[in-house]
Amino acid sequence: MNLLVTILQRLGKGYLVLLAIAILNFFLIRAAPGDPAQVMAGEAGAADEIFILQLRQQFGLDKSLFEQLWLYLSKVATFDLGFSYRQKMPVWDLILDRLPATLLLTGTAFVISLVLGLLLGAVAASREGTWADSAVTIIALLFYATPLFWIALMAILLFSVQLDWLPSFGMETVGGGHTGFARALDIARHLILPASTLGLFFMAVYARMTRAAMLEIRGLDFVKTARAKGLSPAKIQRRHVLRNALLPIITLAGLQAGQIVGGAVLTETVYAWPGIGRLMFEALLQRDYNLLLGVFLVSSAMVIIFNIITDLVYRIADPRIGVSA
Amino acid sequence: MKRMSWLIAVAVALAATAVAAQEPKRGGTANVVIQPEPPGLMLGLIQNGPTQMVSGNIYESLLRYDFDLKPMPNLATKWDVSADGKVYTFTLKDGVTWHDGKPFTSADVVFSVDVFLRETHPRLRVSLAQVEKIEAPDAKTVKFTLKNPFGPFLIMFEPGTMPMIPKHIYEGTDFKNNPANNTPIGTGPFKFKEWKKGAYIHLVRHDTYHVKGQPYLDEIYWQVIPDAAARSVAFETGKVDILPGGSVENFDVPRLSKLPGVCVTGKGWELFGPHAWIWFNNRQGPMADKRFRQAVMFAMDRDFAKDVIWNGLGKVPTGPMSSKTKFYSADVPQYPRDVAKAKALLKQMGYKGEPVRLLPLPYGETWTRWGEAVKQNLIEAGINVQMQATDVAGWNQKMNEWDYDMGFTYLYQYGDPALGVARNYISSNIAKGSPWNNVAGYKNETVDKLFAEAATAFPDAKRQDLYAQIQKIVVEDVPVAWAMELEFPTIYRCKVKGLIDSAIGINDAFANAWIDK
Repeated sequence: MNLLVTILQRLGKGYLVLLAIAILNFFLIRAAPGDPAQVMAGEAGAADEIFILQLRQQFGLDKSLFEQLWLYLSKVATFDLGFSYRQKMPVWDLILDRLPATLLLTGTAFVISLVLGLLLGAVAASREGTWADSAVTIIALLFYATPLFWIALMAILLFSVQLDWLPSFGMETVGGGHTGFARALDIARHLILPASTLGLFFMAVYARMTRAAMLEIRGLDFVKTARAKGLSPAKIQRRHVLRNALLPIITLAGLQAGQIVGGAVLTETVYAWPGIGRLMFEALLQRDYNLLLGVFLVSSAMVIIFNIITDLVYRIADPRIGVSA
Repeated sequence: MKRMSWLIAVAVALAATAVAAQEPKRGGTANVVIQPEPPGLMLGLIQNGPTQMVSGNIYESLLRYDFDLKPMPNLATKWDVSADGKVYTFTLKDGVTWHDGKPFTSADVVFSVDVFLRETHPRLRVSLAQVEKIEAPDAKTVKFTLKNPFGPFLIMFEPGTMPMIPKHIYEGTDFKNNPANNTPIGTGPFKFKEWKKGAYIHLVRHDTYHVKGQPYLDEIYWQVIPDAAARSVAFETGKVDILPGGSVENFDVPRLSKLPGVCVTGKGWELFGPHAWIWFNNRQGPMADKRFRQAVMFAMDRDFAKDVIWNGLGKVPTGPMSSKTKFYSADVPQYPRDVAKAKALLKQMGYKGEPVRLLPLPYGETWTRWGEAVKQNLIEAGINVQMQATDVAGWNQKMNEWDYDMGFTYLYQYGDPALGVARNYISSNIAKGSPWNNVAGYKNETVDKLFAEAATAFPDAKRQDLYAQIQKIVVEDVPVAWAMELEFPTIYRCKVKGLIDSAIGINDAFANAWIDK
């Protein structure tokens, strides 16, 4: 019961934080040069005063800045994200249309990086000083230091152009007409490259962190006690060392999970993955204010929600930690 | 050896006739890159590049144009011009239907031009000021009566300028918010099927298209691939077969062109005549001095830009008009690269190294590199150049608000100087808020008068003479630095035949395109 109240309180605070973020973003976006009417007029290859005026009126840009802010906030307060005049669709529809693709990509990347990272880190820690440890350390360092877009392009060159094993772009074969299981398989094939690209960096971070944390904890007194009790080394590693090493990993996983909506701009662009990140980037270039603010807001909400979840997970990993508002 | 080459020539010629005589095959899918993703497909409301490319298959106009800009029949089978050049009478084709099955009639034409486009189409609106009335004496005839002769009138009937819009769907509605805008209905050879945002636009064959047997293709997928390198890879790996001009970075063009079974053509841009130049802000600083502007012209190595930046594609322009546009004249002052002359002019005007900002177009690597090359040229001549970086919205704002010193741009000429050239040089077109008008702020009363006269002069011989005079004066004044007649090669697999067969190229419908299996 106490927990439920705490969560509700945190959500209430989160709502206020969101409104503050909305106001901040509103002004930030308008500080960028140009406006959507100018962009659309520019693209049309011709424009006169009437045309720009029509667009401004349509977009509500002819009102004063504070009037616009008030209109926007009064909508956002009730979770109405407004209308994208450029795309002629409600912002929620546009976001929901792209959300599944992004969640699939970032979710897969999240799982891959967490599982592989933990595994590699644990292996390296338990075989400290051997060739396996060195290999893991080198691999982790490599992926940690290499820019994402370069890995993406090289992966395309190797696996799509040279070897022709995997498709280089899109989420499914266009015009493939796959249904059911065949479609799932097709999407999975398209998912491999972008998800691994996106996951590699965090995998490297998790591996390095797990290794360091486990090595540190292995020297602590309670581990010695456990050994003295006669527990098997495997059990010590799993129940005493790894579990205690998890706390920093959970912190980081919470951070990564917070980026699950808006954190894949580069990957989505290089692999033409039809997700939110691209929607956001294009909205930025086109100064599609409502859409951009909408994506920002949903991303911020995700960060807030995953922060709460992270705090809850801490409690499971270490019951000594309490959750408070 | 001589004999050999002669033999080869004969073989090639025979092969060419064989190709020409090949019977088109029905069926197949065209996979085409579209970049960037268009904001919408309703061509009457949105006329940006990608919308024109996709929607040119959905919407049609009354005429089409061959590579020499001569009109060809399409929705109109016959057109007559009165002796005084003021009345144009079009006879419409029989048996044309909209995608929803309703017949296309003269009422649709009158509605499209006089009601819909007059309200929504900024570029056409200017030309429509010349039209006194549009009438439909019967279901198959449309009569345009002009206030005075207007030379370019017959070249305006392409889908990007005058798309035909279904009256039965739009009459009496709020055009911009009509839900039908998301499911466009036209008379073209392909129907809108599905738009998976961020991934592809799917068009399918219009089975009752008005040209018998056409289109040959079953469907077209326009694929959205946001990264330029990824677009090249998609073509290399065979996932797409057609790269419209400008969809890959220029430095990838030679590599892709050399792949087996790949064809390249520069054709299909005749009506647009994309012309690149650098705006001078004539109102301020050294740019206000004609000698400075001339010095820039002498300093620029435009041949280098053509050969290296644009891979030898395109042509160094002589002045404000593209050599592909009607009434072009080469009899103008010349500006070959001559750094010494540029320096002398700068010295004469007393240029003291005032900083000059140079704004490249934010359209990708090629334009950035071009900006850097020009900067090098100008520094060599002693001009203190600073490059500015911005995105599309920022570029638009700087141009709209005249907040620039020198800035790259390129514009279409639409086949006739009255449509695509005058707008950038006449003083009545100096107004903030558009990057496509007289952004330079160039004012010359003689030029104003000559342009006005030339637009309505009749017949063409008179216009030719007037435009020749204009070109001479403007090239002497150098209100802008003409940089390149651009050529955007279309790269495609040779098995796709009949792809580009008119002056608007890939923007025209793929009615005649077919795939040789």
